[in-house]
Amino acid sequence: MPVWVELVLRVLAVVAAFLTLPLLIGQTEHKVMAHMQGRLGPMYAGAFHGWAQLIADGVKFVQKEDVTPREADRPVFRLAPVVALLPYLVVLLVIPLGPSGLVAQPLDIGLFFVLSVVGVGVVSVLMAAWASANKYALLGGLRAAAQLLGYELPFVLAAASVAMAAGTLSLPGIVEAWRPWWLLWQFPAMVIFFVAGLAEIRRPPFDMPIADSELVFGYMTEYTGLRFAFFVLAEYVGILVIGALTTVLFLGGWKGPFGLDAELGWLWTLIKVAAVSFVIIWFRVAYPRLREDQLQRLCWLVLVPLALAQLVLTVAVKVAL
Amino acid sequence: MTTADLLLVALGAVAVGAGVLVVSTRHIVRAGLWLVVNLLAVAGCYLVLAAELVAWVQVLLYVGAVVVLLLFAVMLTRAPIGASDDLDRPRWPGALIGGGAGLGLAALFVSGYRWSRVDLPSPGTATALGEQIFTAWVLPFEVVGVLLLAALIGAIVVSRPDIGSR
Amino acid sequence: MHPVIPYVIAAALVGLGAYGVLVRRNAILLLMAVELILGGVNLVLVTADATVRAVLPAGGQVFALFVIVLAAAEIGVALALVLQLYRLRRAVAVDEIPLEREP
Repeated sequence: MPVWVELVLRVLAVVAAFLTLPLLIGQTEHKVMAHMQGRLGPMYAGAFHGWAQLIADGVKFVQKEDVTPREADRPVFRLAPVVALLPYLVVLLVIPLGPSGLVAQPLDIGLFFVLSVVGVGVVSVLMAAWASANKYALLGGLRAAAQLLGYELPFVLAAASVAMAAGTLSLPGIVEAWRPWWLLWQFPAMVIFFVAGLAEIRRPPFDMPIADSELVFGYMTEYTGLRFAFFVLAEYVGILVIGALTTVLFLGGWKGPFGLDAELGWLWTLIKVAAVSFVIIWFRVAYPRLREDQLQRLCWLVLVPLALAQLVLTVAVKVAL
Repeated sequence: MTTADLLLVALGAVAVGAGVLVVSTRHIVRAGLWLVVNLLAVAGCYLVLAAELVAWVQVLLYVGAVVVLLLFAVMLTRAPIGASDDLDRPRWPGALIGGGAGLGLAALFVSGYRWSRVDLPSPGTATALGEQIFTAWVLPFEVVGVLLLAALIGAIVVSRPDIGSR
Repeated sequence: MHPVIPYVIAAALVGLGAYGVLVRRNAILLLMAVELILGGVNLVLVTADATVRAVLPAGGQVFALFVIVLAAAEIGVALALVLQLYRLRRAVAVDEIPLEREP
């Protein structure tokens, strides 16, 4: 197979995953939330338990009028949803699905790449917030900036701990080096990474930038139709990305308990990603939104010191071995 | 012209174009967004020049943190949406000195390198760079750490009037 | 690769940054221009690393990393100052700051 055909195939596979998995997560969210709250959720679209609900939602979003406020900064306003979606698509390129090169684009410093590209998403929030010319949007944007800047720190520190343990920055390399007892050794880092990841994608209980009971809908207040759908899609892709990263870094990626990693590796990865995504949805139902000061306190007084302590522990164990 | 040359020219054109807009636009927030474009293009140049780690550090620190801080400050200082007319001083002294500096440096480099050719090194891994930092450059590295701590404390003291005034 | 291309790009960025620093009145825009200068300097360092075979390998890249870190520190302190200035005077125009102590 020529190189370029292979490359095109890999990219197409990632695009396909990008188009289907977030919808799957969205539908799961509808259903899981509904059942946790003692109701049924969507039941009619597509006949079987409302499986086509998100497709119907998509059609509805396309039909809606695309409104740009008169005072808005038009080009920036229109570009923001695309900038929100793009980084996550790029991140999916380097996430390994299985052993022996089952990854769209292996990179020697994949971890660094992922962390830096995820950080670009913040810019889209600021663009949307500022260009909307709306007080609530601006307040949401300010909250988002403060939140994302703060949580970037424990996010990166926790990832650095695994990279130190594995002795490599490549994502497949980290999975190769992973051993089951790391679950215990890297447990604090996993919790920190997961919580900070939730804050990075602004999921409840960290959805202060959106906070519909305080800020209308934060930086998304003025968005309608397809552009709004892009933001919602970005949120679901964000769940996928955080789930995949937690899986690859802390849960051993394609490694399963029965020793069939070469054949069933991709399945293990997908199961683990689905499990983490389920927990993310569960968090939304289980916990109320934090207050703004509680959010910053949690980040700077709990997560950052814990992450530093985890780094010390990692070094100590690494040197002792 | 090789592929690397063409890529560098294209990325350089984007970087310089975005740079022109950063220093000339009359929309404050758009200046920050053009700065993002400029930084990404410069990071692309690093990638072509086989400095992968530097490129991604640039994206992580500049786009993820520095630009966000800048935009945060722009919003906190209540920048208006739309064009504002009082952003610039008279242009000619700046144009003279900036143009002089740019053209002078460019002339210096052109006279020094002419149209010489160099083969690009193979893309360096993070390992090689890490080894260098922790052997030859370990003292500067520690000093940078101390400086960061000092900057952190300084920023806190400056921005909290209840500590600074005593 | 012809090293003169990235060098000339870097020179252009430094020139643009110098122009921006001298012309801009808004302190935050001025800081953005400073970032342009630093970007130009970094490009010179990385290009030198790729073209010059030095005794210590990767010295240019290490320097570029240091410059990036220093820029982050600089921007933190500078923005703290700018926000404090805004709190005191409700404006961030650099040419309106009185340099002498007020009576």
